[in-house]
Amino acid sequence: MLTYLLRRLVILILSLFLAAVVLFVLLRLLPGDPANALLGVGATAEQIEAARAQIGSDQPLIVQFGSFIGNLARFDLGASFVSRAGVLEEIGNRMSVTLPLTIIGFLLAIAIALPLGIVAAVKSHRWYGAAISIVSQLGIAIPVFWLGILLVTVFAINLRIFPSGGFPLKGWANFGEAATAMVLPALTVALVIAASLIRYVRAATLDVLGSDYIRTARVLGASFPEALVRHGIRNGAVPVVSILGIELATTFLGAVVVEKVYALPGLGSMLLLAIQQRDYPNVQGVLFISTLLVLLIGFAADLLQRFIDPRLRGRRSEP
Amino acid sequence: MKRPTKRATLTFGIILVGLHVVVGLLSLVWLPYDPTGMTGGRLSPPSWEHWAGTDRLGRDFFTQVMIGSRIALIVGTGAVLIGAIIGVTLGLLAAFASKLLDDALAATLDILIAFPTLLIAMLVVAASDTASLFSAILAIGIALSAIVARLTRILAKRVLLLDYITAARTSGASWPAIVVEHILPNIAPTLMVNFALQFGLAVIAEASLSYLGLGAPPPNASWGRLLQEAQGTVYTAPIGAIAPGLALVSLAIGVNRLADGLRDRFDPSRRGRA
Repeated sequence: MLTYLLRRLVILILSLFLAAVVLFVLLRLLPGDPANALLGVGATAEQIEAARAQIGSDQPLIVQFGSFIGNLARFDLGASFVSRAGVLEEIGNRMSVTLPLTIIGFLLAIAIALPLGIVAAVKSHRWYGAAISIVSQLGIAIPVFWLGILLVTVFAINLRIFPSGGFPLKGWANFGEAATAMVLPALTVALVIAASLIRYVRAATLDVLGSDYIRTARVLGASFPEALVRHGIRNGAVPVVSILGIELATTFLGAVVVEKVYALPGLGSMLLLAIQQRDYPNVQGVLFISTLLVLLIGFAADLLQRFIDPRLRGRRSEP
Repeated sequence: MKRPTKRATLTFGIILVGLHVVVGLLSLVWLPYDPTGMTGGRLSPPSWEHWAGTDRLGRDFFTQVMIGSRIALIVGTGAVLIGAIIGVTLGLLAAFASKLLDDALAATLDILIAFPTLLIAMLVVAASDTASLFSAILAIGIALSAIVARLTRILAKRVLLLDYITAARTSGASWPAIVVEHILPNIAPTLMVNFALQFGLAVIAEASLSYLGLGAPPPNASWGRLLQEAQGTVYTAPIGAIAPGLALVSLAIGVNRLADGLRDRFDPSRRGRA
């Protein structure tokens, strides 16, 4: 287990480094000098020089890369070109919207997908079992933003139950308003994630149902639910947990898009604004932190999977 | 409730995708209205003249949804082509490479797959000076290539272990000949199924980019941009927020069904399964 942990940790750090390289290369591909973003249209040659020196874009690429990696390693993400606010601080503020949205959406998705997926498998010969499968197939073809627009139309505009978007200026200090503002966005993310999750839960349950150990348990006198709970859950959980990691990352990225639908001041809107304003430190910071989160989630999911399934522990890694 | 038969799945997929292909091709030679012209009242509801109503500038919405079909097909085909060319090449290279290079490539691919595709696509699109359809296609194609490469590598390695490869090798066939004659035909069916799935993903990814305002500008507007514009007027003209979405979902379901149907057709071992 410890060797595996170390191996996986090395992979995690390498991944992060590679992510930083990709970020660096892509950001250098952006047209024009980043210094231009600091200046107005009528800037003089001296002003441009000064700005370049300030940002460091007059240095050779290798020096720029070195300081770029060094800063990332120290979590020094710099300050926004536009607002002058610290990037990390701004990301922290934005996370107070994106993180709850991701977590609530994810938990809601599991709460929807687990029972429905199991029912779809156990009752696959009944009409409602088949119906769940079909609806979940449909769900994976629906882009998250369209589902958001549909939910807004029904629940905010026609039924007027929830606000169509926005977030209280005071944030979570205004708890009631903030919570109601979260309902539709979280539901949007949850439904899309649940649709794909149901398929995995259903497949895992079908595998468990057809397995020899359930039959043996039944022969030994256990009732069907008893056999399922005692032997099925742990076996069925293994493939589901590995997919949960991917789904959590997808939830996070889905949240970024959903923020646009509901005009929520989260990480996604920060990134969009930064791209429009060519605010390089913000673009870079959001992308780095997002990638970091996605990689950390994958790391945690891999470890958790090993923890649940003792059979995996002996193995070095997947082929 | 009886499950649909495998043949029905394939037929359903072909019909849905075929419908979009016909509409997309038709939009090249004939459109009901000038896509940029004001052809009716603003935000008028669906009528015989305007099947899906008009947008806030009085442009016929059905015309734009038709163009959207063409754009989606171009995006899907282009992104899958790029993903396939880069991915299959890299995957084959990894399968043939020395142990060390193969390990390095495999690890790199795993890392690239872990990247948030949409975020990378956003950055690539932002990197090109003006958002164009091509930059979106390129970004999505590159993102897909890592998935294709990993799959190709695994499939090719499996085939390489088979006896007839050794037989071909001993009878003097060169490695390029083996790739063309034995490996590609063997892995093509599985790859095709995967390409169909990637096609659907690419269309949805492009629509998301467009929705976020990072897609191609009008008149080459994709369904994503139509939806973004219609969101603002959803109260007065809800049809605008529904029609492009239905078109998108029908295409996505179509390619998914097509992929499922193809998989069962190519892989006899799955035929009996539910």
